[in-house]
Amino acid sequence: MIRDHFRVLVVDLAKGRGTIANLEGRDAVAGGSGLAAMLFDRYGLPDQPWDDPAQPLIFTIGPLTGYFPLMSKTVCAFKSPYHDQYAESHAGGRSALSLRFADLDALVIRGKAPVPSCLSIGSRRLDLRDVHFLWGTDLLRTGKMLRRMYKGAGHRSIFRIGPAGENRSAMACINVDTYRHFGRLGSGAVMGAKNLKGIVILGDGSFPLPGGKEYSRLFAEVHRKMTDTDMMEKYHNLGTPINMAVLNGIRALPIQNLQKTTDSEIENISGETFARDTLLRNAACAGCPVGCIHIGYVRERFMGENRYLYRQVSYDHEPIFAAGAMLHVTNAFSVLALLDTVEKEGLDVMSAGVALAWATEALEKGIISPKETIVPLKFGDEAIYREAVHHLGAASNDFYRLLGQGTLKAAEHYGGADFACVLGQEMAGYATGEVFYISQALGLRHSHLDAGGYSYDQKDTPPDIEGAVQFLVDDERARVLLTSMVSCLFARGVYGNQVLSDCLRSVGYLNLADGIDSVSRHAQKLRWRTRLRTGFDPRTVTIPKRFLEVETWKGRTDSAYLHKLKDAYVDAILALARDGSEADR
Amino acid sequence: MKILTAPRMERCIGCHSCSLACARLVHKSLSWDLAGIRISSSGGLSTGFEARTCLACQPAPCAAVCPTNAYSQRKGGGVVVKKSLCIRCGECARACPVDAIFLDQTSEPFVCIHCGRCVSFCPHDCLEFTGARDGGGDTEEEES
Repeated sequence: MIRDHFRVLVVDLAKGRGTIANLEGRDAVAGGSGLAAMLFDRYGLPDQPWDDPAQPLIFTIGPLTGYFPLMSKTVCAFKSPYHDQYAESHAGGRSALSLRFADLDALVIRGKAPVPSCLSIGSRRLDLRDVHFLWGTDLLRTGKMLRRMYKGAGHRSIFRIGPAGENRSAMACINVDTYRHFGRLGSGAVMGAKNLKGIVILGDGSFPLPGGKEYSRLFAEVHRKMTDTDMMEKYHNLGTPINMAVLNGIRALPIQNLQKTTDSEIENISGETFARDTLLRNAACAGCPVGCIHIGYVRERFMGENRYLYRQVSYDHEPIFAAGAMLHVTNAFSVLALLDTVEKEGLDVMSAGVALAWATEALEKGIISPKETIVPLKFGDEAIYREAVHHLGAASNDFYRLLGQGTLKAAEHYGGADFACVLGQEMAGYATGEVFYISQALGLRHSHLDAGGYSYDQKDTPPDIEGAVQFLVDDERARVLLTSMVSCLFARGVYGNQVLSDCLRSVGYLNLADGIDSVSRHAQKLRWRTRLRTGFDPRTVTIPKRFLEVETWKGRTDSAYLHKLKDAYVDAILALARDGSEADR
Repeated sequence: MKILTAPRMERCIGCHSCSLACARLVHKSLSWDLAGIRISSSGGLSTGFEARTCLACQPAPCAAVCPTNAYSQRKGGGVVVKKSLCIRCGECARACPVDAIFLDQTSEPFVCIHCGRCVSFCPHDCLEFTGARDGGGDTEEEES
């Protein structure tokens, strides 16, 4: 629905009731990331802990969600159990279109349900149901049960958590429609702390479209660009795992807890190998014709006499990096088996893989013992890692409970911080150099998606502190505009400012169409202010020693450059949060 | 007349581009319900997708039960619907053996008019607009 305000459903889990809030601010923040920060400003408690029942769990979509191709993602915002500060995580699946057709620009969940519950909403529905019988159930089985309990197959989105979320692991994700995730920074624990096992969003509304031919013409043009040109080929052909061989080839793939950056065995878990040997099919988020989701299979002999079972598992570069390269598991089917186990526990695979890689090296070095790890962690041993993943999700002992709060938390207690591959949170799958390390360590989401630092590194430009920082600031601003719409970032090559402006104008957002530059600046500042208000001090961020030892195609990390870059980006972030803060309020 | 078929649904990735195109181009709506083709997962995403769309019955049971003659048989299969004659009784949807007719909140029916405009939006070529059952002719559009 095109409207100049935001229609927000605010649910109080303690009462099982909700309120529709019609809020101003469309022309200032657009939606998505900007709206999420605005809503945290309104409903969040910056000084209270993340698991205070009154803290909001926020889901937002944007003004173009559903109206154009790849406007198909949802922003989740919350106070994170990982660092007790403001955090954002993004996911697709059917989440965005379901919220659109539920006639909501945002869903804000407050309070704590008295018993384990599932929230169900739609354009004409709000109910909170007791699902205590699902507490403790693995994430995949939970999905099956919820599908049976609620109507709307195909036109709904189901969010759910696994045991990791129930156990308040800071690495717990929210699974969306089986193959997508609000992965990082512990959104699953926020649901767990609220006694919320699942959320079912029924997309049962419909809206009139603007008259005239311009909208349909523009839609067809954007759709053609997304499907006919080579621009999106990399995403639906081999998909993001194409990066495995590329990064391995330039000695920039983190392997075996970043002890090395290239290895001949990586060929066995390359995108090409996955596609040739394991790929079953592709899938798509609703509203996206690209189909970048790659689904492989696990086949398991569970009994003699040729008794097999099989499961379907989605894969991408980041999961393969984390469960494969980082743990030196170099068989594609073993990686998928491990991903399947991570999925059941409801863990973020990137965080879990990197954490277990650290634990393995810590065990090798004698910093921790089998008493802590329960199982003898060993690089390359997928079966052992599957057991360890279960312990991590279940928080089986003090060690795993602490590790689930973050690798550095465990390292602070046991030692081994030098080789903890943490850049704000567990690292993403790029060891490309100084700009990426700083981008993730200081980025608002501590994500490789905050800004294209990994791409900047690969351009081989000589050290240029001013240029690199300007790139990070500008690229983040451009991405914030997209995540306020809310576009998939894979579409960033199509959705330039002019196209976005045309799209907004064609559906009637005239002010937004004229003001996207000021929206992106405002949303960027608002997000940083919100993050800093919840306690983030970029000056305290440290880069573990392991990153200074990395050797890539460029040689060893330039420590002096890295530290100067960090100081300059810290200044830029503080300036972003400060500049115009009064005027923008 | 040509008809729309969905012969390659095992290729479907669940993007809903066909439904959204039908709603956008035929019914001038943003919707995945108000469409002549609707996509649902068949028992969870891991088991693939199915299309709910008119199979171009001839004779069409939905037309047979329509009490006001809003529905009439379309040449080549399927139906022509004159919405101005429809009293929103919903009998058509109940008569359809494959759940191809969607009723909105007011019981207004939405059924495929076999115009083929969704076909080009499918990225995996699941759909086909072909098969002149009775020797061709122009595609008729429903009266809305």
